[in-house]
Amino acid sequence: MWAKLEDRNPTGSIKDRAVRSMVEQAEREGILKPGATLLEPTSGNTGIALAMISKLRGYQLICVMPENTSPERTQLLTMWGARIIYSSAVGGSNEAVRVAKVLAAENPDWVMLYQYGNPANAQAHYNTTGPELLADLPTLTHFVAGLGTTGTLMGVGRYLREHRPEVKIVAAEPRYGELVYGLRNLDEGFVPEIYDESMLSSRFSVGARDAIRRTRELMDLEGIFAGFSTGAILHAALGIAEKAQRAGESADIAFIVCDGGWKYLSTGAYEGSLNDAETALEGQLWA
Amino acid sequence: MSVEVRVPTILRPLTGGEKVVTANGETLAAVVADLDGTYPGISDRLLDDSGLRRFVNIYVNDEDVRFLAGLQTLVADQDAITILPAVAGG
Repeated sequence: MWAKLEDRNPTGSIKDRAVRSMVEQAEREGILKPGATLLEPTSGNTGIALAMISKLRGYQLICVMPENTSPERTQLLTMWGARIIYSSAVGGSNEAVRVAKVLAAENPDWVMLYQYGNPANAQAHYNTTGPELLADLPTLTHFVAGLGTTGTLMGVGRYLREHRPEVKIVAAEPRYGELVYGLRNLDEGFVPEIYDESMLSSRFSVGARDAIRRTRELMDLEGIFAGFSTGAILHAALGIAEKAQRAGESADIAFIVCDGGWKYLSTGAYEGSLNDAETALEGQLWA
Repeated sequence: MSVEVRVPTILRPLTGGEKVVTANGETLAAVVADLDGTYPGISDRLLDDSGLRRFVNIYVNDEDVRFLAGLQTLVADQDAITILPAVAGG
């Protein structure tokens, strides 16, 4: 098992890659001009990366973020000068996307890079994450990452399909509490526009309990302090490892450490019993 | 062949409010048909002419059936099936 430590990026998460790529693409295309106002639906990390780059390049940023996210995310966004519009906890990121789309339509001069539908998101991983993985681990057999916007998996997936088609691309999708799935009807469901199912070999749903347990194991056994989405990814990766072991096959499994645990300390889920930690994350967007 | 099926909030009006129900069948298709016998209308909410509806995800033991054999995915006794609407992450 090999961990790719994406928490070491400038704002502390893998989203720095996608954000830089989307911003520079929009600048090249002339969509993003000096002094522009950016708008983005985000559950945290994309917003934080965008807030930092906006600060440095003189853009204004408005983030639409679900209200059921950890206070550290609000603190970091505010620190970098972003304005936050909270969307309702019910419906999770779906609701943030919906609200942002309404605001974008009402304010045509604002620029929404829109991570869920922007090819430059996946392209960042095609250009950087994918080649880095193969350069550092030529024996790679499986790549496991989180499924949110799907950018990491689509970009790395496409790169590996072209260069090493035998490598399995595995998605780990966080399974939240019921609040997040509280849609009014099934037609309100959401599949990111950049998602292409054919890039994946398999897709696993991982609940909070397994994600917390694996996050703690990573801390206890390897000294890696990660956020809970990484725990979910590790859980799927260990499932793959177990399957390979049972089949008597050797495997080199690379998984993504998306971010550090700092932003989630206030949840209290790093200590105490698993039951208490699971209760603490219930209703939260923990990934 | 009895399996446990977790039903999302949005479909619970069809199961009399039940969160977890049991069903029988050797494939996912058979399980859905069996569910529809007990809770009429549920199949329509999950499937359309092309198979699984776009915004419906079904997992057998936490694995997305679209990457297994879809509706023909084999189901074993005691397997756990989870139905979830597709939602945004990130």
